[in-house]
Parts: sequence; C-alpha cells; structure tokens
Amino acid sequence: MSDQSTQTSANNRLHYWRRTRQFTMIMLLVWFAATFGIIWFARELSTISFFGWPLSFYLVAQGAVLLYSVLIGVHTYYMGKLDEGAKQEHEVE
Amino acid sequence: MKSNKAFSNKLARSYGLFTLGFFLFLAILTILERENFPRVWIGYLFMVATMLLYAWIGIISRTSDVSEYYVAGRRVPALFNGMATAADWMSAATFISLAGGLYLQGFEGLAYIIGWTGGFCLVALLVAPFLRKFGQYTIPDFLAARYAGRYSGNLIRIIAVTATIMVSFTYVVAQIYGVGLITSRFTGVDFSIGIFLGLASILVCSYLGGMRAITWTQIAQYIILLIAYMIPVMWLSMKHADNPVPPIAYGEVLSKLSAREKELINDPKEIEVRAIFQQRANGYDTKLKALPQSWEQGRVDMEKLLEDKKMHNASLIELREAQHALSHYPKTPEEAQRKWEEAKAQNQARAEPLTPHTQPFPGKDKASSDIKRNNFLALVFCLMMGTAALPHILVRYYTTPSVQETRKSVFWTLFFVMLLYITIPALAVLVKYDIYTSLVGTEFSKLPAWVSYWASVDKLNPLVSITDLNHDGIVQLGEIVIDGDIIVLATPEIGGLPYVISGLIAAGGLAAALSTADGLLLTISNALSHDIYFKTIDPGASTQKRVTISKLLLLVVALIAAYAASLKPGNILSVVGAAFSLAASALFPALVLGVFWKRANQQGAIAGMLAGMALCMFYMQHTNPSLGGSPVNQWFHIAPHSAGIFAVPLGFLVIICVSLATAQPDARTQTLIDHLRSP
Repeated sequence: MSDQSTQTSANNRLHYWRRTRQFTMIMLLVWFAATFGIIWFARELSTISFFGWPLSFYLVAQGAVLLYSVLIGVHTYYMGKLDEGAKQEHEVE
Repeated sequence: MKSNKAFSNKLARSYGLFTLGFFLFLAILTILERENFPRVWIGYLFMVATMLLYAWIGIISRTSDVSEYYVAGRRVPALFNGMATAADWMSAATFISLAGGLYLQGFEGLAYIIGWTGGFCLVALLVAPFLRKFGQYTIPDFLAARYAGRYSGNLIRIIAVTATIMVSFTYVVAQIYGVGLITSRFTGVDFSIGIFLGLASILVCSYLGGMRAITWTQIAQYIILLIAYMIPVMWLSMKHADNPVPPIAYGEVLSKLSAREKELINDPKEIEVRAIFQQRANGYDTKLKALPQSWEQGRVDMEKLLEDKKMHNASLIELREAQHALSHYPKTPEEAQRKWEEAKAQNQARAEPLTPHTQPFPGKDKASSDIKRNNFLALVFCLMMGTAALPHILVRYYTTPSVQETRKSVFWTLFFVMLLYITIPALAVLVKYDIYTSLVGTEFSKLPAWVSYWASVDKLNPLVSITDLNHDGIVQLGEIVIDGDIIVLATPEIGGLPYVISGLIAAGGLAAALSTADGLLLTISNALSHDIYFKTIDPGASTQKRVTISKLLLLVVALIAAYAASLKPGNILSVVGAAFSLAASALFPALVLGVFWKRANQQGAIAGMLAGMALCMFYMQHTNPSLGGSPVNQWFHIAPHSAGIFAVPLGFLVIICVSLATAQPDARTQTLIDHLRSP
C-alpha cells in the first residue's frame, strides 16, 4: 500500500513539474519574442502613429512594461491554481 | 490565514495614516512658505523630519532574533513586500538620473526602462519562487546547498559571496554618493557631512532592526518617493496637456515636441550657432595636424598676448584671464594632443543638429544604426539578467509567508515599479518641451531664476550653462548645455512650483537612495556574517553571537562605503551599469540551472561562475578607456557595460560542459531539487 502511494505521489510531483516547466517555457517565449521583436523592428514600427506616440516609442516606454506585468500576473494565477490542484490531489490520497 | 489578513489590514491602516500625515506635513510647510518662512529651513525640515521618521521606525522594530533580523520573520504580506522591494530596487540613479538620461539620449535611454522592468519576468518565472521554497537566508546559502558535492560547500559559497560583495559594494557607494549630493545641495552642508548624516539614519535603521526594520522603513520610503515624483510631473502635465495623468497625457505633447524639433533643426539662428561649433572643431583639427609646431606657436602667442596686455595697462580682470589661460595651456605636445582631441570631439558633437527624441537608433548609415540597435539589445538583456541575479533584491523574496505569496509579491513589485517607470519617460518629454518652447527663444536679460541658481551650485562643472555665442541676445538651443542630473531636481522650478515641492523632491531622492543603501548594506554584512563567519569559520556560533557579528560588520562596511563615496569617484554611475553585467555573469546561470537542470553539479557551477565573472571583467577592462582599455578591442562593437551578453552564455556553456564531463550530483542534491520542484 505505502509503496503504491509513494509511487502516485512521485507521479503527481512529476506531473506538476512537467506542467510548471511547460508553462514557464511558454511565458519565457512570449517574454523573449516581445522584447526582442519590439527592439529589432523599432525603426520599422516608428513610422506608425499610436495616439500621438510613434508605435515603437510607445511600446518600449510603456507597452512592454504593461505586458510584463500581465505576464507575471498570468503566471502567478496559473501557478496558484496548479499548486491548489496538486494539494487537493494530495489530500484525496 | 486569518491572522495574516488582520496583519495586512493593520499595515494598511498604519501606512494609510502615515500617507495622510505626510500630506498634512506638506500642507503645513506650504502655509509656512506663504508666511515667508526662510527657504533653507524648509529644506532642513524635510531632511530632518524624514530621517527622524526612518530612525523612529528602526527603533520601534529593533530585534535580535535571527529569523526577524535576516528575513523579517517571513511574514511580510505580498503587497507590502512588493512595495518594499520596489523601494529597494529604485535607487538614486532611477530617481535622479533616469529622466535626465532620457532627456539627453531620447529613444536610446529607454533601454533602462524596458531592461529594469523586464528583468522581473525572469525573477518571477525562474528564480524567486524556488528560493522561497528553499527557505534559507542568503543567495550563497542556496548555491552552496544546491551544488554540494566533492569539494566542501565552502568553495562555492565563497565565490558567491565574492560576487555578491563586488556587485553590492559598487552599488552602495553610488547610493551614498547620491545621499551626499542631495543633502549638500538642498541644505548647504558640506558634501562629506551630508554623507555621514545620511549614513547615521541608515545605520540606526538597519543596525537595530535588520531586515524587519528595513522592510517597514522601505514601505514608508516608497510612499514618499512616489508622492515626490508624481506631484511635479502631474503639474507639468496639467500645464502642457490639461490632463493630470502624465503617462496618458504626454502622447499629445510628444507630437508637439516633434514639430518643434523640426522647426529648430531648420532655424537659421540655430544653424548659425552650429556653424560656430563646426568652425571651432575645424580649428582644433588644423592645430592637431600641425603638432608639435602648433603647440609651440600657441604658447608663444599666449605669452605675447599677456605681455601686450601688461604694456597697454589692460584691466585687472583681463590680465587675470590671460594668466589663467596661460597656466592651463597644455604642458607638453602629448597633453595638447589629448586635450585638443577632446575639445574637437566636444565641438563636433555640438555642431550636429539635434536628434529627434523618438527616433530609434539614429545613425549616418545602416551599419552604424545597426550597431546602435545591437547595443540597445545587449544592454536590455544584461539589465534583465542582472535584475534576476541581484542579491539584495532576491533576498527580499525570502521574507514572504509562502511560495505563492512570493509570486504575488513579484507581481506587486513590478506594479509599484511600473507606476514610476511609465511616468519617467513622460517627465523627460514634458521638461524637454518646456525647455524647447519657453527657454529657447527668451532674451538673455530675462533668463529664469533657476538657470542662474543651478549654474552656481557647482562652479567648476556647471550643471547648466548658457552662453550667447552668436551675440544676438536670444537663447538658442545650441547654446544650452545641461547636465542630466538636474532635470528631476530642477523640475519644480522649471514648472514654476513653490519651493516646498523642491524640498519634497530632495526628500524623495533621499528616500530612494537610503532605501537602496539600507538593503545593500544588509546584504553585504549578512553575506559576511552568515556565509563567511557562521557557515565557514564558526558553525557552532550561538544565534545571539551571529546577530551581534552581523551588526558589527554592518558598521564596518558602512564606514568603508562612506569613505569610498567621500573620495567622489567620478564615473560611479557608469560603474553601476557594470554591476548588472557582473551580477548576471556570475550568478544568473548557476541560479537558473540549479533549478531547471538536475544534472548541473558542483564542478560545473564552480567553473561556470568563475568563467562568467572572468570574461565579464576581462571584457570591461579591455574595452573601457577609464580602466585602461580601448574601444578598438570591442567584439561586434558592444559597449563595455554590456559585457554580460558574452559572459552569461559562456557561463551557461561552461556549467553544462563541465557538469557533463564529471559525475552527476549525489542523492541528497537530487532530493533537494525534487523538493524545490514540488508544489
């Protein structure tokens, strides 16, 4: 019995870590693509106007910062859910 | 859970009252100013009141308990930890210099805005939650436990401590320097007395209460620095855009600014001024080509001029000027070469038309523009990875009650940092528009008072100087030289606000510098007392002894830092940029791989950290002229302070290769990693 339950808890832990890793990867990709993309194409984007700002200026001065805080918010929310789920599973056992 | 909530509510009430009290204090001072209360006293009142406040918080939260002293008892709620970390994070450089940097550099300066905020994504995703899960006291603690193995854990601990101290010490010297600058400018006391006044208030706080006192003080400091920054910017934003929310309002001002820039580029008077500088640059160029004869000739000419003046009974002032010029004439042809090269470059720079504020990567051709883009990218990534490896920021995430609270607290940190960071570019644009429209074009006889005030603060290197070069009696943009650091400090006067607001700005700058200095000093002394003394030298020390040693070391480190700052190291601000690269190259790869790659072992980490640090320092030394290097040695034209862009990948690579070539980590380490990775 106890062997089996350590087995499931190890499985659960592996599952939790896999999902954490996947989600972290996705978030990192978005972070990198946004940062790199905005800067690499800044010259091209600066011809577009956005409420008075050239688009690239707006993105670097404000847009990116807003995006970063959304990313961290989403990450916190998702990981909180994941943690709770894992704890409930643990209690069910 | 319930007691947590009650604690949060109690904190919210206290700091709410504090904010109200602060506004009341402002109101009283405003009334006093109306009643012709002397200005100097308003400055004094601001300094003394805020410093006493910080000291008082330090006294009421004094402690000798280890957990309270090192990690504030691990019960700081996420929101308040976020606020404290934001204050810890925003230094004198952010508060005073960043807006000025944006004013002078335009788009290029935005690298700091994006870099210093994007780094928190890495903190949240890769580092902070796992550190909290690990749950010890310092960053070297984590590295030493994770990379246990063949050699004693002390080796890796000492490397990590060395990196921590190198990074934090350069940073803290810059903060104390900032404290001295602000106190001496606003109260008129001597620079070194200013330093020691600031130091006293830092010490009372962190000496008595460690992390606990620092946390509660930093929250108060955040509130003060936010209010101090927002009031003048909102005022300017109201003035130029009829909208009190600067980040939204300045888009409109930016379009007006761009139009004004176009006018100024084609203005005939501006072209005239630029032509004068071109002429001067050409003059230096001809003299440089004719060295060493031109040097000899110049000296003879000058001596002759002085003789002439003496013969013809010139006025005393004229005589002095001629003597002064002669005594500052280069002593050797080599010195002349260096000085004239400098002067030529300066004049040449001022002969160029202005660069539009919003233009990304301006350059003569595609290649030079690409170099600027690559440097921008490199700097941004160094700042981001450096943020995720700065010890004094990371230790703050040990102080929350749980892992999830740590994640939330990173979010709140970025939120509170963001409030200021999206306002800073707005301030730069608003001040620039103000100067381009109201200062440019005024008559020299009607210069505003702040120009002469700020010009007289530092006589040797004037912070602002305006000279009528083309003798038309009207200010042209090309005739203004302005130091970035006064953009924030002089904003209240530029916007025509009462003097109270200037005092408020000084108090805000002081809060920013003190809060960062507090956190840094504690990090350094804890690295020494906890990691070197307790973990390496005397593991049997009692808890009482550990805290006492830490307090003693705090005093010593603070005094050394104050001494270093009192020497006025000129290029200290550029060194702070370098600190980020160094932190990133030494610590970032080991921290990230420690969690995300089980196979990383001790040998790999030691080799990787040393390699990263070595390459970073090598590159800076070989490319930075002030360290004896030369820009010729640059790789891909990357500036010295972005050395991390090469050193971080090298660090990762070395850890991976050496780990794979040696045995895998032992069972205990595997268990630790499993623990970190579980919910």
